[in-house]
Amino acid sequence: MGKTITEKIFDAHRVDNPAGDIQVIRLDAVFCHEITTPVAINDLVARGKDRVFDPSKIKAVIDHVTPAKDSKTAEQGKIIRDWARRHGIKDFFDIGRNGVCHALFPEKGFVRPGYTVIMGDSHTCTHGAFGAFAAGVGTTDLEVGILKGVCAFKAPRTLKVEVTGSLPAGVYAKDVILALIGELGVNGATNKVIEFTGPVIESMSMESRMTLCNMAIEAGGTCGVCYPDAVTVDYLWPFIEKDYPSKEAALADYSQWISDADAEYDGTMTLDVSGLSPMMTFGYKPDQVKPVSEMEGTPVDQVYIGSCTNGRIEDLRVAAAVLKGGRIADTVRGVVSPATPEVYRMALAEGIIQIFMDAGFCVTNPTCGACLGMSNGVLAEGEVCAATTNRNFNGRMGKGGMVHLMSPATAAATALTGKISNSLLYTGKEASA
Amino acid sequence: MKSFDGKVAFLDRSDINTDEIIPARYLTEITKEALKPFLMEDLNMEGFHPASSFAGASVVVSRANFGCGSSREHAPWAFEVNGIYLVIAESFARIFRQNMFNCGMMAVELPKEDIDVLFSRFSGKETFVSVDLEKGLFVFKAGEDTLEIGFSVSEFDKSLVKAGGWVDFADKNY
Ligand code: SF4
Repeated sequence: MGKTITEKIFDAHRVDNPAGDIQVIRLDAVFCHEITTPVAINDLVARGKDRVFDPSKIKAVIDHVTPAKDSKTAEQGKIIRDWARRHGIKDFFDIGRNGVCHALFPEKGFVRPGYTVIMGDSHTCTHGAFGAFAAGVGTTDLEVGILKGVCAFKAPRTLKVEVTGSLPAGVYAKDVILALIGELGVNGATNKVIEFTGPVIESMSMESRMTLCNMAIEAGGTCGVCYPDAVTVDYLWPFIEKDYPSKEAALADYSQWISDADAEYDGTMTLDVSGLSPMMTFGYKPDQVKPVSEMEGTPVDQVYIGSCTNGRIEDLRVAAAVLKGGRIADTVRGVVSPATPEVYRMALAEGIIQIFMDAGFCVTNPTCGACLGMSNGVLAEGEVCAATTNRNFNGRMGKGGMVHLMSPATAAATALTGKISNSLLYTGKEASA
Repeated sequence: MKSFDGKVAFLDRSDINTDEIIPARYLTEITKEALKPFLMEDLNMEGFHPASSFAGASVVVSRANFGCGSSREHAPWAFEVNGIYLVIAESFARIFRQNMFNCGMMAVELPKEDIDVLFSRFSGKETFVSVDLEKGLFVFKAGEDTLEIGFSVSEFDKSLVKAGGWVDFADKNY
């Protein structure tokens, strides 16, 4: 019987099997941010266990609220900053070098095929795009990860999703994952890894694969995963060129992290995207999904482009292509947060920031910002935001606010008209106000 | 080890998420105790009042996919500081479930039929449950009405509950 990529990764990392299907695995990386880590640090200190298993395998960032917005967030930043210094954690990213964790850490080459990663953040599933097992955990699991470099999981089962056909113009990874969550429901993949395969995935960039895997958790999934291939090797090459004589050699090595043809799955499904249209959410749950065309004309108060789902350069490029030469509606506030300093720099060099500013967007520093409603664009009661983020829960972007999740292209088109709109990249027609 | 016996509060909805249990705006708190007044502040449900619906309760019974959404352990903590150590539901989101046991608390799944019976027989009444972890037995009581329901918790989860959580367990064993 063959094995899935996740089973292979577990086999290679298992340190214990304390009971039934519970497996304790060794971790290759533990990621930390300033919202969930300070409580873990304080607890470890209180227990007299202020230690770290390996400072080189711990990566930390201040990203959720940065620069600090008040004394409490300043205190959170201080706790993680002092801790990183005290333990010699070199890969610590503070203001000026910081960005949204799930965009920043991949960009730094911290995730490799076959890795096991945890973080006190549910969207850690993003990193599975590299052929890794990456899972969000709570503070206690994070504490143990920091202290011992291990984590316990129920042996995850796998749901295989084959994405076939070809994406129509103006339809993106975000639309694919929204459609899929709509089909699976918010707990359709609970305790499962979602394995994304098929020709559409193979032709996707790493950025698009990260967008897909990012929202696996929105269907309850533990992790999203894509097989490592030549696209993965190209992306990682600056970080691995010393380890391999050639890209071919790297690819050959990474091919051990691909599911066997006779692997056993918990379920398989096929999604043909040839007829897919741009999708968006309409309610307070990420599985409440509709084609954008059915919601067209709904007024919005704010458009937010950013986050670990869609704040990467590819996303800003698409949004800028829609916005170019246009101005957003007077009734709309546009906010864009490039996900990392590197994304910001590229966007500056390519004239994308200029396009956003000419269109009337506010460009913020790299941060999670409005995504979790703690800073940089919190909604007032009754307001509506078109967002490229991943969560539309009631209150997520501010008490009493409504968030519609969509692709950067749809968000940009919506900014221009002030109402939910399909982009000209999809319709071929200019949006009308 | 915590005691799990007590008064039951019923939440008749699926997919109760962690943003509803404890909204993100309170994630800047760095002590568990500070979360106490905010439990379920954003839960919009007919007949539910964050300030009073949990009064005196130490057990919550709910429907499917309880605790979905973010990984924040603030959600179990918000229960813990309010004296609620046990959530019984048809199913749980993985991270929430693990967080409960990691804190030495319990998230116990029961089949849909059992949950349906609990709602139809006890919801709206002053209900108490006593918990026998070793035998795997809940005894629900409202007035004269008594119902026994068996449950199972894995040996591993049991050892976390007994050890008072995962940190001490892991530091000793790995
Ligand atoms: S961008 Fe939003 S979803 Fe992503 S890590 Fe930040 S707060 Fe979480």
